[in-house]
Amino acid sequence: MSTFIPPSMNSKNYFGIILLFSILFLITLAVAPLIGPTRIDLFKALSSDVSFADNVDANILFLARLPRIFLGAVTGASLAVAGAVFQALLRNDLAAPFTLGVSSGAALGAVIAISLNLDFIFLGFSTIPLAAFLGAAGAMFLVFSLVRTRHGDFPTTVLLLAGVTANFFFASMVMFIHYMSDFTQSFQIVRWLMGGLDITDYKTVGSILPMVVIGVGGLMYIARDLNLISAGADSALSRGVDVARTQKAGFILASLVTGSVVAISGPIGFVGLIVPHIVRLMVGPDLRLLIPTSMLFGASFLILCDSLGRTIIAPAEIPVGIITAMIGGPFFVWLLKRQR
Amino acid sequence: MTTQPTATEKNPLLQARNLSFAYDQELVLKNISLNIKAGEFMAVIGPNGSGKSTLLKLLGGILEPEKHSIQLENCDILDFKKKALATMISWIPQETHLAFPFKVQDVVMMGRHPYLSPLTFESENDYEIVARAMELTETRQFAERNFNEISGGEKQRVLIASAIAQDPRVMLLDEPTSALDIKYQVDILSILKRLNKDKGTTLVLAMHDLHLASKFCHRLALLKEGKLVCEGTPREVLTKDILESVYGIKVKLFFNDQDGSVLVSPELL
Repeated sequence: MSTFIPPSMNSKNYFGIILLFSILFLITLAVAPLIGPTRIDLFKALSSDVSFADNVDANILFLARLPRIFLGAVTGASLAVAGAVFQALLRNDLAAPFTLGVSSGAALGAVIAISLNLDFIFLGFSTIPLAAFLGAAGAMFLVFSLVRTRHGDFPTTVLLLAGVTANFFFASMVMFIHYMSDFTQSFQIVRWLMGGLDITDYKTVGSILPMVVIGVGGLMYIARDLNLISAGADSALSRGVDVARTQKAGFILASLVTGSVVAISGPIGFVGLIVPHIVRLMVGPDLRLLIPTSMLFGASFLILCDSLGRTIIAPAEIPVGIITAMIGGPFFVWLLKRQR
Repeated sequence: MTTQPTATEKNPLLQARNLSFAYDQELVLKNISLNIKAGEFMAVIGPNGSGKSTLLKLLGGILEPEKHSIQLENCDILDFKKKALATMISWIPQETHLAFPFKVQDVVMMGRHPYLSPLTFESENDYEIVARAMELTETRQFAERNFNEISGGEKQRVLIASAIAQDPRVMLLDEPTSALDIKYQVDILSILKRLNKDKGTTLVLAMHDLHLASKFCHRLALLKEGKLVCEGTPREVLTKDILESVYGIKVKLFFNDQDGSVLVSPELL
């Protein structure tokens, strides 16, 4: 008799599953630009008979919709990956950038940078995302050290309380800065805080891409260590994981991706909570698979939410943050009930 | 380091030297010196809160001891790289509930972690080792099930399978039988006994059941309030005087001369 057991993960079914999620993402990417209050004709948009400046269809497609869709993809992907990683590190499926207060920490960082007029490029990185990253990492370490018990657990009630407290605290700081700022800055802050994908261009999306790539790549490198930590810190230690170092790396990298996208899109809630859950039901809890699939699914999810927001009360638009919160609120309640 | 049996006979494989440990300010282990020889099957016994779990965690590198207070093959345990240490020693907690729905097979595969590098898949060899570990522990029939949905005794066997897949020289188990019925207790201890006999794995168990400890283990170490009271064969440690002073109750002892075990029965007033 062969002693072989069917492997739960080998290269064949691993890349097969990722391919399926990639197809879903590509379909979303192809369909979403055609959805919106103004109908556009793809043939007209792509034709070279008219100059670009006079081609209305091409203008809407390339200058309004596509950058917005790319930003939606990067934002959704990043928040979903950060959520999956926070959940593993804290061994709690209610952890996410939004519920932990990491998003509002990032918001505070960004608002400080905006109010100090720090919007410039530093070593190839724009400063607002960097400030947001520092805010996110600060919030994360605060919540982590508040919640961890002597035995290394993260009890749900304390975790949620710490998240709510962090949210209130950072929100009040943001309001204070907002209150003290002048008219132009105030307008800029309000626009940004509403959380949306509508005002953007390729350059803005491109400016955060390096940080997101570094973050997600780094997380993939430590994915197996994160798996073991998600099964218990002490067991992970006895199986040879450098738990303290992996936790630090995980929090920093997840804060980096969260901060980068929050700096551009504003705090968009619940994506990091919902997406890893749905994907985990489909592919299981192994982060080597959960990270790339959450990334693809999160990108598709946010693009779809934004397309919904663009169309249901057209010609007016609903910011995507409102759509995700309307889906996420009930979802969160369901999760909380299930955990009891 | 030498692999000759004579050397390992003379020198203990794992050694605590004047080991003390405190959580915050509270001293839970006081000046413990203990030698564990290769191939030994040892139980650490003692009342609740006597420091058994803490001692095991220190020996397994889960908690950080003071410098030079724990030696593995005559090297300070702190000098080992984390992965290298994990190929030598494994530690199994008393109770495990996973926050996420890992399959039984995934949990056993976690034991292969010290042998794997980042960004790789497990090899066929790893799967073979995992399959064999599951056969030894009779856990293969629920390989595909959610770890959280199997019973306590099955979980304990799965964790032992994971430790077998880790292929260590020393296994430390924190009360592996405490929450189980007598059949599961005997199942677990028989698996461990076989490992000890066939593979020569050194075993250190924290235990409460003195009778089972005396039946299966070569040597017992008795702790009280963080101090090592005594160590030796079951017959040397499980005496009326020692037990009555450590546990604070009256006991009657029954000796089984066939297997050398000692049945400790409390006397009711």
